[in-house]
Amino acid sequence: MNNLLSIITFLPLVAAVILALFLRGDDEAAARNAKWLALAATVATFLFSLLLLTGFDAADTGFQFVEEGSWIMGLKYKMGVDGISVLFVMLTTFMMPLTIWASWGVKARVKEYMIAFLLLETLMLGVFMALDLVLFYLFFEAGLIPMFLIIGIWGGKERIYAAFKFFLYTFLGSVLMLVAMIYMYVDAGTTDIPTLMSHKFGSDTFSLLGIQIVGGAQTMLFLAFFASFAVKMPMWPVHTWLPDAHVQAPTAGSVVLAAILLKMGGYGFLRFSLPMFPVGSDVMACFVLWLSVIAIVYTSLVALVQEDMKKLIAYSSVAHMGYVTAGIFSLNQQGVDGAIFQMLSHGFISGALFLCVGVIYDRMHTREIDAYGGLVNRMPAYALIFMFFTMANVGLPGTSGFVGEFLTLVGMFQANTWVALVAASGVIFSAAYALYLYRRVVFGDLIKESLKSITDMDTREKMIFAPLVFMTLLLGVYPSLVTDLIGPSVEALLTNFHAAIPADAAEMAQTASH
Amino acid sequence: MSSVDIQTVLPELALAIYAMVALLGAVYTGKDALAKPITWITGAVMVVIALMVAGGDGATAAFGGMFLDDAYARFAKVAILLAAAAVLVMGEATMSRRGLLRFEYPILVALGTVGMMMMVSAGDLMSLYMGLELQSLSLYVVASLNRDSVKSTEAGLKYFVLGALSSGLLLYGASLTYGYAGTTLFSGIITAASDGHVGLGLLIGLVFVTAGMAFKVSAVPFHMWTPDVYEGAPTAVTAFFATAPKLAAMALFGRVLFDAFGGAIGDWQQIIALLAVLSMFLGAIAAIGQTNIKRLMAYSSIAHMGFALLGLAAGSEYGVQAMLLYMAVYLTMNIGTFAFIMSMERDGRPIADISALNQFAVTDKLKGLAMLILLFSLAGVPPMLGFFAKYGVLIAAVQAGLTWLAVAGVVASVIGAFYYLRIVYFMYFGDEGEGLELNMSPAAWVALVGSAAIVILGVVNFFGIETAAAAAAQALVN
Repeated sequence: MNNLLSIITFLPLVAAVILALFLRGDDEAAARNAKWLALAATVATFLFSLLLLTGFDAADTGFQFVEEGSWIMGLKYKMGVDGISVLFVMLTTFMMPLTIWASWGVKARVKEYMIAFLLLETLMLGVFMALDLVLFYLFFEAGLIPMFLIIGIWGGKERIYAAFKFFLYTFLGSVLMLVAMIYMYVDAGTTDIPTLMSHKFGSDTFSLLGIQIVGGAQTMLFLAFFASFAVKMPMWPVHTWLPDAHVQAPTAGSVVLAAILLKMGGYGFLRFSLPMFPVGSDVMACFVLWLSVIAIVYTSLVALVQEDMKKLIAYSSVAHMGYVTAGIFSLNQQGVDGAIFQMLSHGFISGALFLCVGVIYDRMHTREIDAYGGLVNRMPAYALIFMFFTMANVGLPGTSGFVGEFLTLVGMFQANTWVALVAASGVIFSAAYALYLYRRVVFGDLIKESLKSITDMDTREKMIFAPLVFMTLLLGVYPSLVTDLIGPSVEALLTNFHAAIPADAAEMAQTASH
Repeated sequence: MSSVDIQTVLPELALAIYAMVALLGAVYTGKDALAKPITWITGAVMVVIALMVAGGDGATAAFGGMFLDDAYARFAKVAILLAAAAVLVMGEATMSRRGLLRFEYPILVALGTVGMMMMVSAGDLMSLYMGLELQSLSLYVVASLNRDSVKSTEAGLKYFVLGALSSGLLLYGASLTYGYAGTTLFSGIITAASDGHVGLGLLIGLVFVTAGMAFKVSAVPFHMWTPDVYEGAPTAVTAFFATAPKLAAMALFGRVLFDAFGGAIGDWQQIIALLAVLSMFLGAIAAIGQTNIKRLMAYSSIAHMGFALLGLAAGSEYGVQAMLLYMAVYLTMNIGTFAFIMSMERDGRPIADISALNQFAVTDKLKGLAMLILLFSLAGVPPMLGFFAKYGVLIAAVQAGLTWLAVAGVVASVIGAFYYLRIVYFMYFGDEGEGLELNMSPAAWVALVGSAAIVILGVVNFFGIETAAAAAAQALVN
């Protein structure tokens, strides 16, 4: 099948259109049909993506399954995956059926809800596959619309504030990237991503308004892309939209946000910043490293004092994303491998944690930590699952969380020992806030009157967690499943990167001559 | 005057003769009952003439160069005619419900359209002025069509007084241009200014002419009339103001800048750039505080004109192409949005308060979705065509070395996104309010849903208008 990528990407969209056009009525039956159709579509998408995984050749570092067609305004419709993006596609198709299934209890506007999520899936998949700058931008930006509606319509009390903040924050970041993309197009004469990767953008120092810009145009372009990806990651200090969005979003919205949308920033760094602006990235690497470790330490501390479970996990996400950016900008194999690994692992773990919150939120309709306590007495299965993912979040060896953190720390250590030292302290903080949360919610005596009749997870809920537990364990004990797949592409990326930096290139030539 | 000349102006002639025949017929029978058929017939005549214009090719200069028929003029004319026809037809039911459907309305719109067609074909400052005034005078009258409303008459008067001022500026500039270039023909002016250097007198003439035209496109700082006129005029008329005349004025702007002053791009580029950046920001910021959706759309159109000017400011062929595409998309979005706005009612009375939209999309999903698409398109969010329109003008600006202008533009578009989102917010997750009755005629429904569909499906191939716009730009710039 030579248009497999298009099938994977647009299958959810087709389902959404069918839902919108042919499903009539607002009664219970219509809602049930909408749920089943959405679930079927996402599962089918996942099955198609398995074909992608089996057909993928890890040794080939170029783009595979490439599709190309002409499009409007001199742009191209070009899709393809390489070792860096293929697993993000898998992560998306894997998480979406679980997300839909976890939304079985949605009561309000079920049809629209499912349409929004299906639309979102198409747009997210497009982001990871697009090989044309503007096509990428299209998917990247359009994802804001369904997410805006998801937070705004099905969100909590402060949903309007959160929806606006989410939209405008990310929109501002992205439009600067758009100008940079246009500059790249004007400079290189193409929007084709593989071609742009080999195009050398200007890196001569120039002065702008009296400031010397080391790295020249590349640094400026890097900063413009950084504005977008740093907000999306999110990195400290532009992370403030995330806790609001997470807290107000419905459970499934939080899961998608944490598990997939946040990964777009990291993916963007690997797809654009590093290969296209190596000099700019090199100039800014130290800066980004320090921002990342500030994020790790600061947001971990902030997480410690949260009263709201979702907010706590949101801050923990920011901290974990700090490992990702630090790993990427370590600019070595372990660091980048670790960053990708951490993103995937965080996708499963944070997704699961938000689902854990969702389980008790559905029963008690509050996320206040103080409203709980002693759940282990009535919900043993829940306590076990929550314990497992809490430990994975802390980075317990044997879970995927450990591998990601360890690899990125190794990478950081090689790049900058001090950064690694500070970042490693974050491991301790994360244990502190995660265990503290767990103790307050699950352990102790069940004294709250309202909790006396709480029920344990039903079969559906257990089944949703099962694949997540499996993946977390599998990647934890057998990490080379991932690293073998991404390794060659990452290696090629870093080789090209170091060859493009003047100082490194000179060094390499020297080693070669010896 | 030869038969070739007549043949060249045939579309204008046909529409003018039709308007006069219709006028005579209506006057002699003296019945507003004829207004409804005349509206529909006018719309049909416009569509036929649009097809006629679209079939033309080549470039002809008639009447000694005073009237130009080229791909650029044809592109603009087709857009103007179709937009005018759409607005007439979709507004018919609303106007007649409000008791405003007098037979003068379609006839004045037709005459105004003749003026606009004249404007975009002008090859001489005199024919330019003729077209401009024919258009403006028709618009002044339709603005105050609702004679019993203070606001409507105020809108008409305000429009007239300020319009007269701008005409004065334009004429003064034209006289200076004539004085220093020795001719009113664009082809003559361009030779006088072709050595890349414009004399001081001609430069002042250029500035005044530019000011006059900036008024017509409602670019800041010549925008003051826009919100008041938009608010005061009956909504169906506002829909007309927001669409065809804007494109006509913008196309005329391009015509004068490139055909007459094309040799002095460096001289006007900074003026246009300034107009563009001021319009984008004022349009974005001033709209935030608006509670009346018509005033909001006025500021929105100011911001959009700023973006279109961005394409002109680039001073390149691609810039003109991007501007034309921008305007075509802008027309589509505005027709759809106004089809909605003019159907907003409560207890049979028109209502323009944004908060009336509370929870609208919950009760009426399809129309809510259509508005959602149009609003996100107006905000410039992909995958809607509004994004590609902005993308085009931004490329033109960056190509011309105006990167700072592109950055300013996108920042303004983020500010502007806020108020479009605010409407979405009211429609989708506002509080339960008094609600709204949407009294929508089938024509308005088609306009709303159709334009939403165009805006979203255009992402596939832009309906091929790109090539037309490219040909038009080539005809103008070379």
